[in-house]
Amino acid sequence: MKIVPKKTPMREQPPEERIKNFREVPLGYTPEEAIQEAKRCLQCKRAPCIQGCPVNIKIPKFIAKIAEGDFRGAIRVIKEDNYLPAICGRVCPQETQCEAVCTLGRKFEPVAIGRLERFAADWEYEHGVEIPPLGEPTGFRVAVVGSGPAGLTCAAELRRFGHDVVIFEALHEPGGVLVYGIPEFRLPKRIVAQEVENVRKLGVELHLNVVVGRTVTIDELFRDGFHAVFVGSGAGLPRFLGIPGESLVGVYSANEFLTRVNLMRAYLFPEYDTPIKVGRRVAVVGGGNVAMDAARTALRLGAERVMVLYRRTEAEMPARVEEVHHAKEEGVEFHFLVNPVRFLGRDGVLVGVECVRMELGEPDESGRRRPIPIEGSNFTLDIDTAIIAIGNSPHPLIPRTTPGLEVSRKGTIVADDLGVTSREGVFAGGDIVTGAATVILAMGAGKRAAYAIDRFLREKYGEKAP
Amino acid sequence: MAKILKKSALCTGIWEFIVEAPSIASKAKAGQFLIIRLHEKGERIPLTLADWDEGEGTITLVVQAAGKSTREMTERFGEGDEIRDVVGPLGTPSEIERYGTVVCIGGGVGIAPIYPIARALKSAGNRIVTIAGARRKDLLFWLDKLEEVSDELIITTDDGSFGRKGVVTEPLKELLRAGGVDRIWAIGPAIMMKFCSLTAREFGVPIVVSLNPIMIDGTGMCGVCRVEVAGETKFACVDGPEFDGAQVNWDLFLARLAMYRDLEERALKAYLGTMEERV
Repeated sequence: MKIVPKKTPMREQPPEERIKNFREVPLGYTPEEAIQEAKRCLQCKRAPCIQGCPVNIKIPKFIAKIAEGDFRGAIRVIKEDNYLPAICGRVCPQETQCEAVCTLGRKFEPVAIGRLERFAADWEYEHGVEIPPLGEPTGFRVAVVGSGPAGLTCAAELRRFGHDVVIFEALHEPGGVLVYGIPEFRLPKRIVAQEVENVRKLGVELHLNVVVGRTVTIDELFRDGFHAVFVGSGAGLPRFLGIPGESLVGVYSANEFLTRVNLMRAYLFPEYDTPIKVGRRVAVVGGGNVAMDAARTALRLGAERVMVLYRRTEAEMPARVEEVHHAKEEGVEFHFLVNPVRFLGRDGVLVGVECVRMELGEPDESGRRRPIPIEGSNFTLDIDTAIIAIGNSPHPLIPRTTPGLEVSRKGTIVADDLGVTSREGVFAGGDIVTGAATVILAMGAGKRAAYAIDRFLREKYGEKAP
Repeated sequence: MAKILKKSALCTGIWEFIVEAPSIASKAKAGQFLIIRLHEKGERIPLTLADWDEGEGTITLVVQAAGKSTREMTERFGEGDEIRDVVGPLGTPSEIERYGTVVCIGGGVGIAPIYPIARALKSAGNRIVTIAGARRKDLLFWLDKLEEVSDELIITTDDGSFGRKGVVTEPLKELLRAGGVDRIWAIGPAIMMKFCSLTAREFGVPIVVSLNPIMIDGTGMCGVCRVEVAGETKFACVDGPEFDGAQVNWDLFLARLAMYRDLEERALKAYLGTMEERV
């Protein structure tokens, strides 16, 4: 068989079109393209991709099904290990996970595993979603805090073990970061809604507008008859730079900016009530995926210039290569080795930012070379909007209101790889444990915790609830 | 979904809604707030809790028709209708202790949220002097409720149409000058809270204010409600809404409140346009 060296390309909305709308950028494979790409898989015995996947999808097996044209079979294989494939196929960093270790990738481009996963998931939505078999009802009741990737995955897995599951979500729409953080053009909200609906169809109950820690505490959940609790409340607290002028009108946290647009649909104001203001010249501070999302959103809202200010170089940027590439295509400017030192205001309103140039020194604890300010290199940029995208901290509400729950110095809940915390029956996973990370890592944590919860329940109470 | 059980006009442009929300009613404490969203396309609006009844499983919201959403709520929502989302109680409750004599100031629609705080302070054994202020007589309400929880009730109107003519800071000054005030609580328009705080600082009496900045999620996630208190950035939704008024950076607070004024006006205009279409 002749090896095709390159991935089957996926059609995209052209940059000049897409910066005028919020529709999804990549358009997905046709069945023919999917089959063509699936045939590139070597079906190697070692299958390193499976280990590269945080939820260990049986990748060669589902790809073989696609190659045969058995798309139903493919999605069944995926869903044995991953209940949110339409999301993962879109936002997983495959290039550092499954595709990074692909055997074909040693000499050529790896198999486009993410695109194939997305294809299979989208195919299922068009042709009818199957509900997988559930375990015998056990009578155990598990509360899941947060309906983001960790919570949804944990809930789905727990249902499959036969336990009753109730998810408590603080916001008015389920999905967590998938709805408030990731923009429509990267992850359409209808996809999130469909995946959530699938989790509901498994029999998971979803209670919106419940702030655990305020409306109800974890101790009260146990009192109300839950046998275990999974906390997947995420890293919700925006970090600021701690420099002067950060509260000027026109300075946003990325969370605020993206929540207005994504969750509240401010891009459809005044049809929707929540407004958003984007000026002509926008600076986005940070180099991760959230910074890319904010920059590309600002462009779509009509900004003339969007500048990403990042204190290291392109090589150290934590954003996915694909996202940086998309941002560049769309006209986002990148200013590397630059760090803001002060926001400048007039009558309380942002008019500029003073920055300093940086150079890279010795590697720091993250392994990346530490940025050091170059003395006397300060300069000013005229801007009317700034978006701070330098990361989020864990939300303190649950640790604060749950006695006996051990918390790290950074505010994350201390939990082992299986999600076991210092409180019996309380498990945790996702960003609340790791600090801000990726969707798929949170899903992996939710899945492992579901197994640990299942084992905990059976060891403590036996096969059925007392 | 939360059902409106009762709606009544309190005075010109201010309405009381009694809403079914048992899980919130069982948890509510003085000083906390809620976020509501009227419908699918609505914005999230923070409202300080005006009252609640744990036994009945209800909460009381007092809403002044001002911007688009509050006009919509008071004009288009009535008994039997459902509010799409109600979440709470949010924020840190008031620190209710036995301070001695406490002056509770409610200005405008702020009369509503000062009531449960005065009540809680009263039952903690404090002597309560309440000052209720409004622009005119027809903007005053709940004076009977305030009377019940106050040892002394002073009423002011800007135009003198009821009670004393003038603003709330004038009786406040007299009380502070006379001495014996241990603490002040003030809820009302930002500018009123600012001047109450300046007055309190002048006399060295601690003052608690309940800030009402722009909010979105109300759970600490977006940071739009950040305020500067004693030189530090705080989130009103989780660190507040109550803060030491003498330490608040009021100019910054006022500037941030006005952040969306032009777009708020645009939304109101669009709403009023749809009203005309209906007629």
